[in-house]
Amino acid sequence: MQDLGSPAAGADRTFEELLTAVGRDRDRTAFAALFGHFAPRLKAYLRRQGCDAGGAEELVQDVMLLVWRRAETYDPSQASAATWMFTIARNRRIDALRREQRPEIDPADPTLVPDPVESADDGVAARETAGRLRAALRTLPPEQADLLRLAYFEDKPHSLISAEQGIPLGTVKSRLRLAMERLRKAMRDSQ
Amino acid sequence: MTVPTHHPGDTLLIDYAGGALGEAASLIVATHLALCPCCRLNVAEMEAVGGALLESIEPEEVDPACLETVLARLDDLPPLPRVPRPKLVCQPAEVPLLPEPLRRYIGGDLSRLPWKRLMRGMDCYDIPLGSGSGYDSERRGKARLMRLASGVGPPHHTHRGIELTLVLDGGFTDDLGQFARGDLSVADDSVRHRPVADEEGCLCLAVTDAPLRFTGALGLILNPFVTF
Repeated sequence: MQDLGSPAAGADRTFEELLTAVGRDRDRTAFAALFGHFAPRLKAYLRRQGCDAGGAEELVQDVMLLVWRRAETYDPSQASAATWMFTIARNRRIDALRREQRPEIDPADPTLVPDPVESADDGVAARETAGRLRAALRTLPPEQADLLRLAYFEDKPHSLISAEQGIPLGTVKSRLRLAMERLRKAMRDSQ
Repeated sequence: MTVPTHHPGDTLLIDYAGGALGEAASLIVATHLALCPCCRLNVAEMEAVGGALLESIEPEEVDPACLETVLARLDDLPPLPRVPRPKLVCQPAEVPLLPEPLRRYIGGDLSRLPWKRLMRGMDCYDIPLGSGSGYDSERRGKARLMRLASGVGPPHHTHRGIELTLVLDGGFTDDLGQFARGDLSVADDSVRHRPVADEEGCLCLAVTDAPLRFTGALGLILNPFVTF
């Protein structure tokens, strides 16, 4: 795994470029390359959410079909390809495994209080941020990284993690906060 | 336009970004996000953490037939219709009071809701959640719209589980300070709070989420503010 630009294995295009090509050109080669990289990771993610192997592969197919259909809306200045795939997989598994809706903001809603400044990020900046973030993730103290994985991968709010792991709620909260502070610093330190 | 001063905090936002919150709590957090650009940025960064974690997960081999199956199905699928997302050039004269995603749950017209009187000066409307039946409704949580007249406060109560309150109009004051539109109050069983609606009254969204779902805690909540 490389840190800058998330280059796809065996190709000279980044995942962000592959995803953009799927959205713009319905590029099947690009789609297959994305599948090759992300499907095994999505499967591992869904397995940790409690799917059996067969169920996880079915959901991986659902997620990848959604990726094909929604790729047009992908904006590389907003998110890395991995982040965008993560949100699609997260919402799909909430729908499939919990049979719940995922309430989200509507960016076009007139009641939305707008951002104070337009983000000046371009696609390159978003990818570099993702690279710094992955590097920072590897340097987190294990007790913080473990909790973060539980929070993101096991469909458990921090209060439940505290009860199940026998870690006091205050400790869970402070570890998650410390982890987030370090990761946020890595993401915001662009220069 | 003012921005909120009371926020959900990192841990609740991580729960939302990771997708671990039930529908009711997700609804109140997302409605806060519509009113709070700073928490929106935080959630975007937390989703980036989700992306980085997905990259770093130990991959599991996928049956090669999977890709064939998916490729064969691509032609049957038209791209999803593009939802027009026009940039807002200026604020419309009358901004609807209820932001999305709350509006799609209850509509835009408060006067049409079947309000239920809880006590003098305090009405509520229980928001229907989810379409699935038979699913763990404790996990989903409960969401209730509350309308309090000036100076009204619910009887003293403590919490089992977590209670979130988001001010939509007017405001209230409790031990933790003054809460106005967009402010989110987070109370758990360690908090004894006595909210009282401000002079102009208070419209708020209140949500209970039972974090200890395996104990069936939600069914035992005896909470006059949000007893469902």
